[in-house]
Amino acid sequence: MYIWGVRDDEWGDGLMENDDTMILEVDNIVSGYTDLDILHGISIGIESGEIVSIIGPNGSGKSTLMKTIFGLLRIRDGRIVFKGEDITGIMPERIVRKGMGYVPQEKEFFSSLTVLENLEMGAFISDCDISESLERVYRIFPVLAEKGRIRAGALSGGEQRMVGFGRALMLSPDLLLLDEPSAGLAPKMRDMVFGKIIEINRSGTSILIVEQNAKRSLAISDRGYVLEMGRNRFEGAGCELLENEDVLRLYLGG
Amino acid sequence: MQLIINGLVIGSIIAITAIGLSMIYKTLNFVNFAHGDFVAFAAYIAFFANKELGVHLAVAFLIAILATMLLGVSMEKVVWRPMRRKKASRTALIIISIGFALVLRNTLLFIWGGSTRCYDIPVRRGFDFFGATITHNQVLVIIVAFILMFLLHYLLSRTMIGKAMRALSDNIDLARISGINVDQVILWTWVIGLGLAASGGVLYGLVTAIRPSMGWYLLLPMFAAIILGGIGNPYGTIAGGMVIGLSQELSTAVLPTEYKFAVSFVVMAVMLLIKPEGLFGGAK
Repeated sequence: MYIWGVRDDEWGDGLMENDDTMILEVDNIVSGYTDLDILHGISIGIESGEIVSIIGPNGSGKSTLMKTIFGLLRIRDGRIVFKGEDITGIMPERIVRKGMGYVPQEKEFFSSLTVLENLEMGAFISDCDISESLERVYRIFPVLAEKGRIRAGALSGGEQRMVGFGRALMLSPDLLLLDEPSAGLAPKMRDMVFGKIIEINRSGTSILIVEQNAKRSLAISDRGYVLEMGRNRFEGAGCELLENEDVLRLYLGG
Repeated sequence: MQLIINGLVIGSIIAITAIGLSMIYKTLNFVNFAHGDFVAFAAYIAFFANKELGVHLAVAFLIAILATMLLGVSMEKVVWRPMRRKKASRTALIIISIGFALVLRNTLLFIWGGSTRCYDIPVRRGFDFFGATITHNQVLVIIVAFILMFLLHYLLSRTMIGKAMRALSDNIDLARISGINVDQVILWTWVIGLGLAASGGVLYGLVTAIRPSMGWYLLLPMFAAIILGGIGNPYGTIAGGMVIGLSQELSTAVLPTEYKFAVSFVVMAVMLLIKPEGLFGGAK
């Protein structure tokens, strides 16, 4: 009994190395657009329950990596494993079913649909009653419950971002991909978004963020990856990267 | 008054035929030039079933709608879906649709000839309505068109598939990201859009002579209606159709009848100049 106890502890400490706790592994991926590779062999990993940030200068392939993970771009080489299952090259709709959500950078909501309809579209593939999912999303974003019948296009920027988040959360994904979640928002709204990201993460969703606002993003992240020209450049714990001089100088503006 | 009634009749036909064109335009990002010929196709199928097979016009109406939907679904499966897979350019798609329009129109011409046709229905006296004469057929057109618009409204605002159709025409990439089976919803968009176009075609045959080019000439007012109402906005398209129908007919009070179609051109051009996103918003 005692021995088991010790083993459990050791197991706990060894989480970083244990593949079973990895929710997403991207292994040496090469992908891009029709005639142009953007990613030249990127590898990242996210453990269950983590917030992971991807930072890097413009054109380093951050958004491309997200689209690739979500099955929106053709993968030329490499492998993506989600919850122990190879999902390389499968269609987005199947990836959604397996428990991944994605909030794209632009046009992250259906502007001519009402708030409620946006959320319903997030659960389109679900056969069950969606009222529970709605409740859960409303608990995180109470304002969406009040504005259910308003066209999403008529909302403020911050509220539209919440609609985008809410839509992606309808199926309670195990992993949520966020592409520039704070871009184009007023400072107050940014605080709100980062606060919500932590809240969503605490409820058990692992999160992968791509962010221009790298300092804020790394500050709430367990780990981060720095990309450059479609390749891995640095990786480390969030606070570690924030203190790394090279990273500071190159990507965080001193 | 007479002109207003005529305008409402033609307006409701333009409205229900144009909705499908508008939704497909916005969803798939190309103009289906064969849309008008689907309208004519439906009228001919109804004519064939009604006059040559001798079934009641109501049954012929349903047969025509089903036949048109079937043709549309086969087109989607055989042509449009494979072309999307190949990432065909918009120009290529438009040229294919023009080619298909020609094939369809000339097939109608080949089978039934160029002479005008009409359904096998009794000619009845119209009745007076505030000094204007309104025929039974006109009443029928307006009633059926409004029922269809109501059904469409119900479909788009109350059912999941209808909402998904709107979602696709709003933002197809996000629909894909949300896990919606995009191909399946596109198929439904064709079915609904062409079903409405076919209904419009059969109704059109009630108030005008059936001829192979009837749909082709309806395409211009349809475009005008779509642009007026905002591309991809079904409600705007209905309003746009009414405005175009009314302005076409009312113009005959001051202009020679031959200029009727020019009016839709002018309305469309003015609209594009002053408010290109349409009266009620839509695609930019």
